[in-house]
Amino acid sequence: MKRANWAAWLIVLLGALFFLLPIYGTLDFSLRAQKGVLSLKAYELVFADAKFLETFTFSVQRATLTIVFSLLLIVPTAYWVHLKLPQWRPVIEFITLLPFVIPAVVLVFGLIRTYSRPPLALTGSPATTDLLLVGGYIVITLPYMYRAVDAGLRALDVRALTEAAQSLGAGWPAILLRVVFPNLRGAVISGALITFATVIGELILAVFLARPAFGPYMAQLGNFRAYEPAALAIISYALTWASLALIDVFARGSRDASQAAAVR
Amino acid sequence: MASLAEPLPAPAVRVRLQFSWDWLGLVPFGLFAVAFILLPSLTLFSGSLLDARGRFTLDNLAGLNTPVIVNAYRNSLSLSLLTASGGALLGFGLAYAVAFGRLPRALRTAILTFSGLAANFGGVPLAFSIIATIGRTGFVTAFLKNEAGLDLYGLGFNLYTLPGLFLAYMYFQLPLMILIMVPALESLRREWREAAEGLGATPWQYWRHVALPILTPTLLGTVILLFGNAFGAYATAQALTGGTITLVTILIGAQIRGDVLGNPGLGYAMVLGMIAIMAVCLAAYSALQRQSEKWLK
Repeated sequence: MKRANWAAWLIVLLGALFFLLPIYGTLDFSLRAQKGVLSLKAYELVFADAKFLETFTFSVQRATLTIVFSLLLIVPTAYWVHLKLPQWRPVIEFITLLPFVIPAVVLVFGLIRTYSRPPLALTGSPATTDLLLVGGYIVITLPYMYRAVDAGLRALDVRALTEAAQSLGAGWPAILLRVVFPNLRGAVISGALITFATVIGELILAVFLARPAFGPYMAQLGNFRAYEPAALAIISYALTWASLALIDVFARGSRDASQAAAVR
Repeated sequence: MASLAEPLPAPAVRVRLQFSWDWLGLVPFGLFAVAFILLPSLTLFSGSLLDARGRFTLDNLAGLNTPVIVNAYRNSLSLSLLTASGGALLGFGLAYAVAFGRLPRALRTAILTFSGLAANFGGVPLAFSIIATIGRTGFVTAFLKNEAGLDLYGLGFNLYTLPGLFLAYMYFQLPLMILIMVPALESLRREWREAAEGLGATPWQYWRHVALPILTPTLLGTVILLFGNAFGAYATAQALTGGTITLVTILIGAQIRGDVLGNPGLGYAMVLGMIAIMAVCLAAYSALQRQSEKWLK
């Protein structure tokens, strides 16, 4: 392997151009809202827009709900499969892979058609539509959340921990809340952050369920503004980047290629 | 039920003792999967096989053969195939440079970190970035026009058609390829190359007869992953083209908003076709994944 590595440098340089130019372009564009000078005007306009704060808060809240319910659903299930029902593991894994087969636009189509007529007319009110929204978010983030939790459980001796807790008199709720969750801290944080990064800018579910989320707001702004969308894109990248950086801090090494989020 | 099949000394007692309520722990997850995955899928599936009056029919599936739907499938399939193969080829080049290019350690880490980041880009923000870069008023467009006298849009380039989408999709396809291929390439053992060289193999022969066959399941699996990744994408295309391009996902989206195809059953049939393609992808991917896990440890 004594080949000159100028070729490698060239390839990497071309790749860097392809990937960094759009980011530079967006950043540059976002700073040019005022003619002739670089300014943060576009960002000021974005932050001054009441809709920005409204939709962003909405999405943060729904992301939080998604994370809480997703964890409440997946951690006990995955723990139980590890402890008592290993023969069910392939079935559960298969279910968690289904979101790869069912694109978000198909999922929301099915949800709307199933739950927009009696006996289950859930699309009628905002609160019940949010149930569909959060349920849908849990589905699209299921592969990532389950993988994170499953990997965390594999690294533990689930049986020994359970027996130790039981011998000290702990019941199931105490075992889950005070033994399993704390020991899965890294996995839980990494699953939560990837869920946050996915949900915060998600467009498809929110648009078709007609909820005032951040993704639809960004898309709409893109239709009639020039500089603010660029500023929003930079803000959105920063959020994604921060989420993933935090995963690296809290759960070193547990990230892999399978964690590319389903936001397209 | 496996416990019932075993020969037991005192069947009546043992069977009663071994019956357990453990499965109850899976009920919440099962209910969730039924409500949010199974029922919606069944609604769409049954819709594709029913006519307007609720009777069984195959007309909807036959109706897929109408020009607008065929066109949507053609666009989606060619875009997915192109970005999957393009992403795989170029991504392999980049991954090779990272794995064997003897780049500085820090640069290698930076590339992998950035890939993890960019593989998560997509949707509306990516569309904005691409427009700011190479849209009609994008800075690369302006630069090429002013400095190199190259008028992209005058030459027929249009960001809001398939070539534009190709560029946008590559932005998340390439990093995914890099993320998967770098570890695969680095897991090729040095001994294999040395053994091949010891037996007089040229580098070409080593790649052709040793490295590539070992990497084939990983490569094919990744191409399929990229294909599915592009095939199911909606947000990027919608935000970039405003829905003016006919892709399967865009057409399904339009069908949700209002019955653009003039027949609800056709919308369901389109979904069925899409899920069928994605299911084949997932099955092939898992088979290849098992194969590559066997070979690359």
